[in-house]
Amino acid sequence: MAQKNIVEIKNLSFGYGNRMLHKDINMVFPRGKVTAIMGGSGCGKTTILRLIGGQIKPKAGQVAVDGKIVHKQDRQGIYKLRRKMGMLFQHGALFTDLSVFDNVAFPMREHTKLPESMIRDLVLMKLNAVGLRGAHKLMSTELSGGMARRVALARAIALDPDIIMYDEPFAGLDPISMAVICDLIRTLNDALGATSIIVTHDVEEAFSFADYIYFVADGLVAAEGTPKELSKSKLPFVHQFVHGEKDGPVPFHYNAPSYKKDIYEPI
Amino acid sequence: MNPIFKILSNLGNQVTSRIWRLGSATRLFLLTLIYSGESFKRIHLTIREIYFTGVMSLIIIVVSAFFVGMVLGLQGYYTLQKYGSSESIGVLVALALLRELGPVVTALLFAGRAGTAITAEIGLMKATEQLSAMEMMAVSPIARIIGPRFWAGVISMPLLASIFSMVGVMGGYLVAVPIIGVDHGAFWSQMNVNVDFRFDVINGLIKSFVFGIACTIIALYEGYDAPPTAEGVSRATTRTVVTSSLTVLGLDFILTSFMIAH
Repeated sequence: MAQKNIVEIKNLSFGYGNRMLHKDINMVFPRGKVTAIMGGSGCGKTTILRLIGGQIKPKAGQVAVDGKIVHKQDRQGIYKLRRKMGMLFQHGALFTDLSVFDNVAFPMREHTKLPESMIRDLVLMKLNAVGLRGAHKLMSTELSGGMARRVALARAIALDPDIIMYDEPFAGLDPISMAVICDLIRTLNDALGATSIIVTHDVEEAFSFADYIYFVADGLVAAEGTPKELSKSKLPFVHQFVHGEKDGPVPFHYNAPSYKKDIYEPI
Repeated sequence: MNPIFKILSNLGNQVTSRIWRLGSATRLFLLTLIYSGESFKRIHLTIREIYFTGVMSLIIIVVSAFFVGMVLGLQGYYTLQKYGSSESIGVLVALALLRELGPVVTALLFAGRAGTAITAEIGLMKATEQLSAMEMMAVSPIARIIGPRFWAGVISMPLLASIFSMVGVMGGYLVAVPIIGVDHGAFWSQMNVNVDFRFDVINGLIKSFVFGIACTIIALYEGYDAPPTAEGVSRATTRTVVTSSLTVLGLDFILTSFMIAH
């Protein structure tokens, strides 16, 4: 029987050298739901996606995808798991030497033995879903940021994945492109019956489409809940983040000795 | 900290980091060989890379070879005529090119022309997350990106070196025979008699094959290992030229000593 939660993170700790980025994190991502992971820049949100994808190994704890512990899989096992995943990278990560069409066709050509005529139909369907069927002949270098993100999304859903991961899908987009991507995330998730995990710091967008949200701060899950619950949260960190206040639990100033000391004492 | 201790510690760090890099480059080389089967399944990619690294390097190779051959002709004649053996100019030009200048200069030009392009391309692919994207699509970048470029370099280098030697001999001929007036028959017949296929031509090809492996894997490793920033890629590109050139010259000495001893 299929697990209720397609991805489960248990007691996960991860860090580089002596600097711990995550300390004993627990998260679950239920099937069919859109879950957002939020937090300030550099808090290790993207690292969580990389841990789910098996690109890095945890220092302690585990990430399970579809019941399988990711870091215990061999290369073949990880590749098998990754075929169930689609990932949208922050800036699209389209292959610059390929056209839009070939970018979307790439996973199909690599992993299936479908005839070229069927690949053509599937690619055009995927591109149609993101509204860029007409751009299939363009080179990826000819696209705007928003278009590149949409083509990358079409490529991420090329093999109808069970899990779609988005790394900062709204970063650097204009409001129209942002609204388009926002709408696509929800529509594609529901149409494909997939599970979406979105890493973002865009409060308004995340609150508009996510079913559940995790806030990560100081390596811990600082808060979690539905957008409704979190918008009413009295937790100082959540309040500061949601309302974009410049000072609070996350200080405006980077750790430094006293201002007076720095100014008056000779170096 | 004691300054002597600091110097020693820096030196130690430098040495260990170089050994570490040599180890990880060797690891990449072995992985490339292991994934070669998968790379050859996509043979069109290797052919495409042979075009970019081999065919596109032809102009610089041909032009350089022609000038190198002409200079050899001039210098060779100038020295040989002192000893009354200017007819041997053909042998001198051919042996210098086949044994040394063909493989070595081709490898140096290859490192500057194709090696830097490979490093910059792979480095930028890494910086723009294209390699990560490929990994996440369950496609090995070593099989899909590194393998075809490696084999393209290894196949192209001996071919380019052969073309270099051939064009160089033409350049030498042009200076020696029509311009200086060395006898046409003597130029070719002396070359024909004194150039050995096994010890001169094949040894030259073996050298360029080894240089092909070294230059290409250095270029690939530097790109694959480059920090994903503009500065990182630019430094990696510079390192490719420096490391490849020094490696080629060092390997040339080692290979030559083995070949001559044999």
